[in-house]
Amino acid sequence: MQRGNIFDYKNYLYFKLAVILILLGFAAYLMFEPAVGYYGGSWLGYGLGTLSAIMVFWMAWYGIRKRRYRGSGATQGWLSAHIYLGTALTVLVTLHSGFHFGFNIHTLAYGMLLIVVISGFFGNYTYMIYPRLMTENMGEDNLDGLLLRIAEADKLARQIALLMPDDINNTVARACRETSIGIGLLEQLRGFQSDCPSAMAVEQLALMGHDLAVEHRKLYRDLYSIMVRRETLVRRARQDLMYRARLGFWLYFHVPFSIALLVAMVAHVVAVFFYW
Amino acid sequence: MTITTKAAAAEITPKHFNVIIIGAGPSGLSAATHAADLGVSYLLLEAATAPASTIRNYQRGKLVMSEPRSLPIRSSLPFTASLRETVLETWEKTIADYHLNVRYEAKVVDLHRTETCLEITLTDGEKLTADHVVLAIGVQGNLRKLEIPGGDLPQVQYQLDDAQAYVDETIVVIGGGDSGVENALALTGRNQVMILNRAEDFSNCKESNLSQLTEARKGGALDWLLETNPQAIELNSKGEFPITVFANTPNGVERIPCHRVIARLGALSSRPLLESFGVGFPTADLAALPLLSTHYESNVPGLYIVGALAGYPLIKQGINQGYEVIEYILGNPVEPADAALLREKFASFCNDRGVDDVLEKIRNRVPLLAMLNSLQLRELVLESNILLPAAGEIIFKRNDYSTTFFSIVEGELDVLIDEDNVPDAVLKAGEFFGEMALVSGRRRAGTVRARTPCVLIETPRRAMQKLISSVQSMRRVLNEVAIKSVVHICIGLSLSEEDLNDLANNATLKSYAAGEELFHEGDEADGLYLIQRGSVTVSHMIGGREVVLLYVAAGHYVGEMSLISGEPRYATVRAAVATEAVLIDAGRMRDIIARNPEIRGELDARYLQHLQEQENRQQQEASLESNGALGQQSTPSNLISFLIQQGVGEATDVLLIDESICVRCNHCEQACADTHGGATRLDRDTGPIFANIRVPTSCRHCEHPHCMKDCPPDAIHRAPHGEVYIDDSCIGCGNCQQNCPYDVIQMAVVQDQPEPSLWQMLLGIQPKALPNIGGTKVAVKCDMCKDIADGPVCVRACPVGAALRVNPEELLGYAGGGTSTEANLHGLTSH
Ligand SMILES: Cc1cc2nc3c(=O)[nH]c(=O)nc-3n(C[C@H](O)[C@H](O)[C@H](O)COP(=O)(O)OP(=O)(O)OC[C@H]3O[C@@H](n4cnc5c(N)ncnc54)[C@H](O)[C@@H]3O)c2cc1C
Ligand code: HEM
Ligand code: SF4
Ligand code: SF4
Repeated sequence: MQRGNIFDYKNYLYFKLAVILILLGFAAYLMFEPAVGYYGGSWLGYGLGTLSAIMVFWMAWYGIRKRRYRGSGATQGWLSAHIYLGTALTVLVTLHSGFHFGFNIHTLAYGMLLIVVISGFFGNYTYMIYPRLMTENMGEDNLDGLLLRIAEADKLARQIALLMPDDINNTVARACRETSIGIGLLEQLRGFQSDCPSAMAVEQLALMGHDLAVEHRKLYRDLYSIMVRRETLVRRARQDLMYRARLGFWLYFHVPFSIALLVAMVAHVVAVFFYW
Repeated sequence: MTITTKAAAAEITPKHFNVIIIGAGPSGLSAATHAADLGVSYLLLEAATAPASTIRNYQRGKLVMSEPRSLPIRSSLPFTASLRETVLETWEKTIADYHLNVRYEAKVVDLHRTETCLEITLTDGEKLTADHVVLAIGVQGNLRKLEIPGGDLPQVQYQLDDAQAYVDETIVVIGGGDSGVENALALTGRNQVMILNRAEDFSNCKESNLSQLTEARKGGALDWLLETNPQAIELNSKGEFPITVFANTPNGVERIPCHRVIARLGALSSRPLLESFGVGFPTADLAALPLLSTHYESNVPGLYIVGALAGYPLIKQGINQGYEVIEYILGNPVEPADAALLREKFASFCNDRGVDDVLEKIRNRVPLLAMLNSLQLRELVLESNILLPAAGEIIFKRNDYSTTFFSIVEGELDVLIDEDNVPDAVLKAGEFFGEMALVSGRRRAGTVRARTPCVLIETPRRAMQKLISSVQSMRRVLNEVAIKSVVHICIGLSLSEEDLNDLANNATLKSYAAGEELFHEGDEADGLYLIQRGSVTVSHMIGGREVVLLYVAAGHYVGEMSLISGEPRYATVRAAVATEAVLIDAGRMRDIIARNPEIRGELDARYLQHLQEQENRQQQEASLESNGALGQQSTPSNLISFLIQQGVGEATDVLLIDESICVRCNHCEQACADTHGGATRLDRDTGPIFANIRVPTSCRHCEHPHCMKDCPPDAIHRAPHGEVYIDDSCIGCGNCQQNCPYDVIQMAVVQDQPEPSLWQMLLGIQPKALPNIGGTKVAVKCDMCKDIADGPVCVRACPVGAALRVNPEELLGYAGGGTSTEANLHGLTSH
């Protein structure tokens, strides 16, 4: 059961709009070749610049729009427009620049825009692939549920391990103590812990089972299966956290640089009008 | 006579009173204070060790609410909305101030009429007599107890007020129903819990409890024994555990040492007790209320019944009745407290007469309402609205979801079934309409418009149902009419009046539980089934597997295929939810078909369509199955089965999340909370998933909302577009939370949320939540944003369009690949 998503929203309405905008931009650019070469100060430059500036503000407004729950309308259409028109905007701004770059406030603003746009594209990519993977990983479970089950497995494993020889007990205790699940953004983004004590414990336990006393055999089997289950749970929890982190971390670029872009853009406009 | 014999006589003659009041709840206390006020000789008996055990059992700190707000209180037992503790304190003070003649731990086990008076027996065998008895024992006090040695030990409890109070204990929970399981789950984590279940599994539990249970056991947090019955509980003289439970398991007797036993064995119906007292009931229906006179007197002369037991579920009502019943016993014809309310109700159309006159007039005008006794009629009118539409005014529109029932006191109305503006039928004074929506829970199939100025009584569904379960004759009339309408709707628009009556009179109404079969593949055709309420699935064995072919909603029929072809049943038809169907037997149906070419044509067309749909579906299933790539699981038939399991078959609107595009941003939940007093009504990441569709924990807006069943102030309603919502008269009793099988109701404090600033919105910072200013917890659930202009905010807030709301009929039609036409049910036949 598939229905409209942000790309084919209203039968690609905003995609079409973006294409038209870009074509118009190019047409204008090719038709009005100013005597002094392409640059922002021309009639065309002012036109494109004004349009772009308005669009940048409108793009940033999306962040506010999406949290104005008490307003009307649907956010989905806004995001679809945000993506397509944002892409068109980049082209328009590039034309507006007339490809004059240098170490100045103007190029700085342009750089900010690129960061915002590139992070936006990356975000888009994450939105396209991770949701499906997350469902595959989690099924009907949720993270809280997994963490709870891990904690319970910890408790159980430790109790059983107390009755076992010291080496086994130590391995289990270490696994329970030292396993970390998504501590810090970096580990979250990576989605694994190097030399994960849980995985190692399972490996080591497999080797420790050989010469056990009879009375320990059944306990050992229980313990081993708990640790295996626990390790899968840990892996799934990390995986889920990783997807979450990846779905979200690009916004740490997208939003602050949007604000920086607004500031730089205002500076650029002021500079143009007052110091030209 | 000597002094000694006198004393002996006093010993053996039971004590006698003018009035004995049984049960010291609000009703009984009110009766006792009034009796004391009037100097009547009385005695108040209470089974527990303290008064008002129902209120005492509310959770700590609960705000006891005073509904219905407009009802005045006339008793000297004080009551205003306040904390449970305050209410109890005030009443204890009243008892002390009045020196009420009350006996605690005096449980009444028998009551019968002797020649001269009523004789009461208490548990210890003591007998008391009275000229009049007021029975006010409520409906809560009948928790089933363990009838085994040790069932009365102090370590054995029958309720769990505060699960937090127990730490590091070993606790045995007896009972595998929802309340037992919920208690057990609440205790896990801090305690070692063992459940003893008499049954072989927990299939009587809600889905969510079941999954939490298995989860908890997997994690080792609790354990259970099945097919196990406790035999005895013994005190231990030493050791860590104060008691030991001896339980009979399939593997022999097991000893379970523990700290505490919590037994949740359900409540006993009060009906057998009342019947043993000789109290009569009008119908066999377990929901039926005892037969009572206008003065609350039962068929046992001198025995009066008031309060929750008499069917008045709120404290205020009980308190007023306690006062009135004493007046009645003394022969004073007081006006009931609700007279003022009735007068107000009637003021708009008839203020020159007394309340009783108006009631009499209504009774004379509307034969259906004449079947009620005056107590019931009062109740009905109190819960109803009196409507005075002008000529041309619309009462309800086609496709509305309202479920109220209308009686016409004065005037005439037009019924418009199709689009043209020409009336299809006329309704006259004395008739009623809207009964089909009452039965089927579906949309109105026609518009009703006043032709002349009218006087109508609009009665809520619940009030009607209460009456239907108690008044045999009314039930019969409504059933007949409902059968007639359903025949009319499903097949009969072209039937002659005579044929219609003939069919209706000979049809049988059948009820099925969810999952039960109407008929089975290969059966002989016994007739045509018209689905009156609920919905069914049609399935067929393909490759050794039962494949769902179709979903058929109320207002349609099944079973015509074999009827026409004369062959055995081709498919199995099963109730998707609790379903009622009208069965028209095969012979009669064939006879009608023979005489009515038009019906024959209609059935034939439907037969061919069914055949075609089934053929398509089978092809589809087969091809999906053989190429296997899509996997067994996402065949349409499995999707239908899944959705029906999730209650979609009885829903009017469900929220689904397309997990393959949901970016887990939680804007849906945040938007809901922001616009609904801070408490989100959907839980996005719980709920079952099928393929990429999740049915999150969120209200399905059921056709027959289970949550409405038992709401004391009747605070749950159905809006015209189908939204099931809770209004602000909710008293927070939690019944609806218990009754909803999909677990979508929570108890929460509702408080308007601050709107974040632009900066906060841009950066995604949550504004600080307001401190809780002593709000009370009430039941909250999705209201489908019925008061918000642009519709559900969850859907609108989702940036990627993953949250969708669907109408199940379309959805199931879609999943089934068939065409589904809107059910054309209507409740508008003229009678
Ligand atoms: C959780 C919950 C919350 C509620 N909240 C509210 C609210 O906020 N506002 C509101 O108006 N209503 C509320 N109600 C409903 C209200 O509690 C009842 O309507 C009210 O208690 C009924 O009063 P009663 O006197 O008829 O019966 P009860 O209050 O049930 O009193 C009956 C008494 O009789 C005693 N008894 C029982 N059997 C015997 C026997 N055989 N012999 C002697 N004594 C016996 C019992 O111990 C009990 O004390 C709530 C109900 C519940 C369950
Ligand atoms: C001038 C250019 C742009 C600006 C100023 C801008 C600004 C913003 C802002 C403020 C948000 C809200 C973030 C939040 O609070 O959650 C946002 C979200 C987003 N932007 Fe941009 N953006 C720009 C261009 C783009 C482009 C070109 C793309 C994609 C190709 C893009 C893709 C996205 C996506 C996918 C989101 C997340 C949507 C959501 O989850 O609600 N943006 N952007
Ligand atoms: S709250 Fe539960 S029972 Fe009531 S309408 Fe919603 S899903 Fe149905
Ligand atoms: S708003 Fe949409 S994308 Fe975000 S969590 Fe809800 S359903 Fe998923």
